[in-house]
Order: sequence, then structure tokens, then C-alpha cells
Amino acid sequence: MPDTIATDNPFTADEQRTLLALVGAVIPASAEFGTPGADDPAIAADILATARPYHATVAIALDQIESTAAKRYDAAYSDLDASTRAGIASDLSRSRFAGVRTLVTITAQCYYRDDRVMRSLGMAPRSPYPDGFDIPQGDWSLLEPVRQRGRIYKEV
Amino acid sequence: MTDPVDVLIVGAGASGAAVAWSLAETRMRIVCLEQGDWMNPAEYPSAGRDWEARAFSDMSISPNRRKRETDYPVNDANSPISVANFNAVGGSTILYAGHFPRFHPSDFRVRTLDGVADDWPIDYRTLEPYYAENDRMMGVSGLAGDPAYPPKESVMPPVPLGRAGQAIAEGFNKLGWHWWPSDTAIATETYDGRDKCINLGACSSGCAQGAKASTDITYWPHAVRAGVEVRTRCRVREITTNGNGMASGVVYYDRDGVEQFQPAEVVIVACNGVGTPRLLLNSTSGRFPNGVANTSGLVGKNLMFHPYASIQGIFDEPLDGYRGPGVCIWSQEFYETDPSRGFVRGYTYEINRGRGPVATALTGMFSGRIPFGEGHHEAYRQLFSRIAGMVGICEDLPEEHNTVTLDPELTDGHGIPAPKIDYTLSENSRRMLDHAVARATEVLTAAGAKDVITEAPIGVGGWHLMGTARMGTDPERSVVNEWGRAHDVKNLFIVDGSIFVTSAGVNPTRTIQALALYIADSMKKRLANLFD
Repeated sequence: MPDTIATDNPFTADEQRTLLALVGAVIPASAEFGTPGADDPAIAADILATARPYHATVAIALDQIESTAAKRYDAAYSDLDASTRAGIASDLSRSRFAGVRTLVTITAQCYYRDDRVMRSLGMAPRSPYPDGFDIPQGDWSLLEPVRQRGRIYKEV
Repeated sequence: MTDPVDVLIVGAGASGAAVAWSLAETRMRIVCLEQGDWMNPAEYPSAGRDWEARAFSDMSISPNRRKRETDYPVNDANSPISVANFNAVGGSTILYAGHFPRFHPSDFRVRTLDGVADDWPIDYRTLEPYYAENDRMMGVSGLAGDPAYPPKESVMPPVPLGRAGQAIAEGFNKLGWHWWPSDTAIATETYDGRDKCINLGACSSGCAQGAKASTDITYWPHAVRAGVEVRTRCRVREITTNGNGMASGVVYYDRDGVEQFQPAEVVIVACNGVGTPRLLLNSTSGRFPNGVANTSGLVGKNLMFHPYASIQGIFDEPLDGYRGPGVCIWSQEFYETDPSRGFVRGYTYEINRGRGPVATALTGMFSGRIPFGEGHHEAYRQLFSRIAGMVGICEDLPEEHNTVTLDPELTDGHGIPAPKIDYTLSENSRRMLDHAVARATEVLTAAGAKDVITEAPIGVGGWHLMGTARMGTDPERSVVNEWGRAHDVKNLFIVDGSIFVTSAGVNPTRTIQALALYIADSMKKRLANLFD
């Protein structure tokens, strides 16, 4: 286990192993874009911390993932190749198992706020407030045909 | 027992704030009981890196997901649309997007025009001065001259078109359809102590900048300075009545959980379309065995949401993405009834600028456009900052079988029965949603979208809660009269969305507040004989 993962979290070692295998398969590292995978130690620690309040739901999902791996491949989930792991996660996220969707949601939440990932997208790694953002005014002359058409409301 | 007050307001949200401010000039002793807290804008999500994640947790629009101590649960399992709200000083204006349309003149005459539902006992002209007064208090931005409305002024210039607004406006123009800059409750200039919008993009999780007009920073500071007392963390259990059938006060739990009785000469309920019927139905007595003000049997009935359709386009070029307020432009091309469409009444399109990086990922992954694993990053970049679209907000007609009742088992933290929602989407709404999806797809295609993602109805989209204590002149067919007083109890008033007769096809907050100001004014004009 990465040493950045807090030891006071409710996830067992087995659950953490399955979770890391899942998140790394769902969002893998990319050399092309220079981004880490979701199993990067810092991101994984964020995922585990964020998932704590949902431990009961997530634990059920992780158990379901292991059951599916065992049923389909007679193997532990973490022993499967990345493509197979991603396929199981994708399948279960579309099924009735809400826990997998929760886990995928948390993974995306934590991954897309990582400094390295935000920079790779051209974003400044910061909160929206206090600096805010610029938006162009746009071309207000586009309203001219709307004005020319005239009133459309119904008077009563 | 606490000292008696002249006016007791239950709820410090959109309408409670407006009615409190308006009545403050009477110098009566006014107390507002609010189950939530004063919010600290510095703690809103946009001030943190986890701003998108918090919309799924402590700042979720769903009380069932949020589960703050100040929330109450809602059993909406028997509804395709779940309830969205927020409990705090400011109420749901803390989390609303700031879309701020008025009703149209036709919205008050639905029965006359289309033979459905009922006409309101008041009309657009009655509310017009109160709309204007509310616009000044809330600080409305927009552009005068919208051909979809009678003439109205704007307090501040509109929010920017931006890249997304411009692209979609061009799509509307290609089809020859109406669009106009949205009226917004967002300050585009410094206004009344508020700073101007800096495009944080997280309006629906609270505005850290203070540009969005939530009533904790608009009406309430003025009302409090004028002498109104706001007591937070005070949850009202029931309205009590005396032997004369008049409201005598309320029983509530204070911030320490201690039961209190607050006597009052006048009680005003401002808890909106779910909270208000919940409170009325829980206020039973020998005289009112089915809940106070419920002789008509209509308290909790005729619940109206606005069924929403979401239609989002994927464009080749980067647009605004996570930047800027969600509000942008609107279209009311399909607002009035056209029998050839197969439904009565109509809807408004409200254009959305884009979405944040997390929402982009989830939209793509759960719609199958971003794969799990190999190819994730490439596909993600095809969507990031390239999604923009609109929602269609459909008029929901009142139907008595759509109800708010008291759940027989579920309770809040004080043991008060939770509201239970039973709601069915009507065939008229279904057809309207389909129409909204089809026409929006045409707009987005004309605007250059290469793909369209749709959802109708939006399952989590129960933002607007209306109709459950309707207004009217007939005591057998309505709960309050034409100026907000309960037919059954002459010192009990309701000022929120529950008194709506019909829902219109627009966001209700501006009309809720105009109604609250109108009712307050009606009370002030009748102070000498208010209970006659």
C-alpha cells in the first residue's frame, strides 16, 4: 500500500487493494498527456479520504467487484489486467449496483482536482474564488433579428 | 413561553425575507424562526479546490444526500422527480442558479385561455409594481426590451454572452427563434453592498463573491436593521390555534432542542411548497383535525414541480466550460399554447454555459462517451470545455393526486413527521418534455453541436415546489384568499410557492417574492381591520 494512505481509514487492506486496482484501471496514467493515474499515491489517498463517509456503500461495491472477477475469471480483481478491470468497472457502473457509481464519482472528483491533472487541461490549479475567471461579452448585435421580429408575448 | 410578538414568520428564505422587510416599516414586533443557520460565504465550495465534490455532499441540492442537522428528510421514493431545497437564512436562494424570470400575463389566465387548471385571483398588472420593487431589492441584471414580455426595466446590465451563449444564440437565429439575455439575480455591478460577479461558475453551491442575490445578503440585512429578529436553529413543529379558531402562535424546538411556545398575533408561513403543507398538516386540533387551514382538504394537494429536460451539445471548439454563471440567455419561443404541438401551455429554454472538469468526466463516463481505462484521456479532452446546452423548464399543471402528506414513519431530528411526496408525470408534461428535447436538438445542431446528450425529466430536478396551499376566492377550492390569508384562520398567512395556482413555465422565485411583497402590502393597507 502507498504510505500516503492514512491508516485510520475504515477500509481494510483487501478493500484498499481492490479499490486501487479499480481506480487505476478506470483512469490510467497517460504518457501522452503527462498525467498520473487515479491510483497515484496522492490521488488515491484523496479518494480513500473522500470515500470514508460512504464506506458501507463502497465496501459493498468492492465486494461485488471481487465477486464478479471471481465468477468471470476465477481470479482476484487486482490480478487481472488493466483492460479487464476497466471492463468490469464499466459493466457494474451501468448495473443496479449504486456503489460502483459512487466510487467512480469519487474517483473523478479527486482526480480532476489534482494539480498535475488541472495543469494538463490548461487550468490554473486553484479554487474559483477569489480570482474568478474572464468571460467575453460576446456579440450583442446578434439580438437584432430578435428585435426586428417584434413582440411575441400574449396580452390578456 | 417567550414574549408575545405581533408577527411570527416561519422560514427565512425567499418569501420570508421579503415579507419581513416589507412589514418592518410598521414597527410591529416581528420575529422569524428559521431551522437553518446564517451561512458564511467564505465557506462556500467555490472558495475551495473541492468545489465540485461538495455539490455531492454538504452542499448538495438534495436534503436526503446533504443530511445537515438543519435539514429534514423527504420521502420522495414515489416520484420521478426528487425534491431540491436548502435550509438556512436565505433558504433555497443559497443554492439557486439565479435564473430570475417573471411570469407572463397569460400565466395568470390559464383557464380562460386554455381551458385547463384555474385562473389566478390576481393578474400580472397586480404584481407588476411588486416585481419592480423586488427587482430593486434583489438587484436584477438583464436587458430591457425582451419581446417575450411586457416592458420592464433592468437594474444592471446582463451577464456576458460568453462563447457558449454566442454559439447557441447563433443557432436560435438560424432557426428564426426567440432568445434574449436572461434576467438574473446576479449583480453585474457592485450593488447594495454586494460585489459584482467574477464568473466563479459555482452559483448553485453558494456564491462566495456575494454577487448572487440570496436573501441573507439582500433583504435580511435591511430587515434586521429595521428591527426584525431572526432566530436560527429554531424548527417549528406546529401552529397552535385558540378557541376562536385564530392562530395563537407556534410550538418550536430551539437550538438546544428545547420545546418552546411563541405566541403571536399574526402567523406567516414561508416554508414553500413542501415545508408549508408539512407544517399545516402537522398542526391538528379539535377544530382542525386534518390540519390547520385545511377545511378545503387541499393542503398538500396539487403539488407542482417543473419537469425539466436537459439537452446538452458537444462542440468542436472550446466554449466557456467551468467559467461563468450558469445563467446566460433564454428562449421563450415555445412558451404559449399551440394546439398543433399536442400539449397545452409551454416551456422556457434556459441556456447553460458549460460544466466543470468533474461534471464533464461524469457526464462522459456515465453516458458512454468517455471509456473506462484505455482512451479515457483522449475522449475526455473531446468533451472538456466543449459541452454547452440548455434545459427546458416545462409548465406543470395542477393535479390533486400529486401530493405532499406526512410520512407515517420517517421523521426529522426532532421527531416531526417528514413530508412524503406522491407525484406522477402527466401525459401533457411528457409530451412537452419530448417537444423540448426535439426542438433543442435542432437548435444545438444549428449552433454546430456534433452530438447531443439528453435527460428528461431530470430526476434530481425538483427545484420548484408549488401549489400545495393554493390561492383563490372560493374557500372550497383554495386554502388562502386573493391576498394570502387562510380562508379558515384570519390571522394566518401564507406567502410562498405553495399558494401558486399554476406553475407557469419559468423559475418561480421572482414571482414568489413579488407575491410576498404584495401580501405584505395588502396586510399593511388593512391593519385596522386585518382579521375582519
